[in-house]
Amino acid sequence: MLGQNEQNIKKRMEGRVAINKVLMVLFGMATAVGLVFLVLLFYRVLTQGIGYLSLDYILNFPAPYPEEAGIYAGLIGSVFLMIIVAIFAVIIGVATAIYLEEYAPKNKFTEFIRVNIQNLAGVPSIVFGLLGLTFFVYMFNFGYTLIAGGLTMALLILPVIVVAAQEAVRSVPAEIKEASYGMGASKWQTIARVILPAAIPGILTGAIIALSRAIGETAPLIIVGAATAIYTLPESLLAKYTVMPIQIYNWTGRPQEEWQYVAGAGIIVLLAVLLLMNSIAVLIRNKYQRRL
Amino acid sequence: MDKGLQSEGKMIDVQQMIERNKKKKSFGERIEKIIPFFLLLCAAVSVLTTVGILFTLLRESIGFFSNVSLVDFYTGTSWSPWSGEYGVAPLIGGTLLITLIATLVAVPLGLMSAIFLSEYANDKVRRVIKPVLEVLAGIPTVVYGYFALTFITPMFQSFIPDLGIFNALSGGFVVGIMIIPMVASLSEDAMNSVPNALREGAYGLGATKLEVVFKVVLPAALSGIIASIVLAISRAIGETMIVTIAAGATPNLTFNPTESIQTMTAFIVQAATGDTTFGSTIYYSLYAVGMTLFVFTLVMNLIAQYISRKFREEY
Repeated sequence: MLGQNEQNIKKRMEGRVAINKVLMVLFGMATAVGLVFLVLLFYRVLTQGIGYLSLDYILNFPAPYPEEAGIYAGLIGSVFLMIIVAIFAVIIGVATAIYLEEYAPKNKFTEFIRVNIQNLAGVPSIVFGLLGLTFFVYMFNFGYTLIAGGLTMALLILPVIVVAAQEAVRSVPAEIKEASYGMGASKWQTIARVILPAAIPGILTGAIIALSRAIGETAPLIIVGAATAIYTLPESLLAKYTVMPIQIYNWTGRPQEEWQYVAGAGIIVLLAVLLLMNSIAVLIRNKYQRRL
Repeated sequence: MDKGLQSEGKMIDVQQMIERNKKKKSFGERIEKIIPFFLLLCAAVSVLTTVGILFTLLRESIGFFSNVSLVDFYTGTSWSPWSGEYGVAPLIGGTLLITLIATLVAVPLGLMSAIFLSEYANDKVRRVIKPVLEVLAGIPTVVYGYFALTFITPMFQSFIPDLGIFNALSGGFVVGIMIIPMVASLSEDAMNSVPNALREGAYGLGATKLEVVFKVVLPAALSGIIASIVLAISRAIGETMIVTIAAGATPNLTFNPTESIQTMTAFIVQAATGDTTFGSTIYYSLYAVGMTLFVFTLVMNLIAQYISRKFREEY
């Protein structure tokens, strides 16, 4: 009788252990699915686009024939746009972060700003496009120009930069701050000469990651009227412009198969720029991580 | 200052020094007062952005609803703005269909990945796989759209021969792939914050790893997991480029995933790229649709915040 019972327990035990093993494999496979699609995506883009990728492709304007089309206008347009976005979003974002971390009194209004930033981060990017269309394109009368696109994108990534800058400012050790106050420095002197320099690596990392999000954004720029066919580089803030994702979107939508290869080559350039930006962010983080 | 100027002699006048210092100090004091004000102005930009979004959506939507009745908009079942039919149901249906497909892909895969990373994988594996998985979230959506149209759709067509070039299935599937890391990463964080003592207690009672996962870790991390799913759904609702490129532009009230549909976001893109004249009813309809979309995602985000605040487990 006792032997029978023991056998039963042993059997059940084996079953439980077996299920555990089976599901462990299943969980591992599920994790692999995401990775497999990542690999497939890169493989697909590379094999489709590499044939059209050349120096000419990078230095050519869009053209009516796939063999002559290039990403130059989009690449330079993206760089110009990112400069505008960086200037506005970083200044306003860092200022907001300093206000929230160092000055803001603990009251309802401060809490409101915090919750508001959190919610802004969840607003779909296309809604920011509608905001830009009303205000920057029509109300401020910028039209479909570089500055309208830049300001729209700056507002879009502002919440990301604020959160990153807040974390960077918060991670500056209190002893350094107190040492500065102890030397007789005022609050602003402490912020400008002690806290900000110590927080700059964190701020830079966050800003670059936010910008790398902006450089791949398409939807809001379609709404605020980035052009698809541009044969000159933008010469002023009030010039028409295009960016890489818009070019890629335009090419992807064309029925002839050759345009897909052109789009693929554009994606390779876009992903290369993204990789470069993220590597810089990682380098900065690794270089300064141990200092504090 | 006057006294300082009046005093004569080459000896440094103490009075003068004090005055000069005072002046310097008052300049410094002024800066100390101006700076917080300037910073507050910058902080106000984010508030103004929200106000601006609400203002523009409301004002232009009101413009729209003075031409098209609110009831027709929300109860009509036919959306063809170029012939004057403004029933938003097909667009909402399209968005929900995409979201449903994406959720069916992302939640099981994301949760299983989270369980694997948090409970089964060792530290070394986790430290490699988690960031690689997160790369999925950093790929521009236009690239996913390209991938869906030129790779996923042809792949599905080999199983489902009558699948059109534009269909909800590939669009929704790729949106699902895109949001896997949101579910996986945030859920993994929630599971990781479950204290080890709870797990070891269960092991001590003879539980297998799997039993620990389902009876201890998942219940303890539930609020974080649900919040991550809700956030991912909100992302899927607002996703634009993938569905614009791959799911088509046919406002079509259907729950058949092999058909071409149009989501709210895809309509906004379509209308904005077309020749939509400023002030026309179609122009205003952009905002009425945008408003509906905004309310959808806002409600999802508020639910996620409520869940993670209300049911936060403190250990």
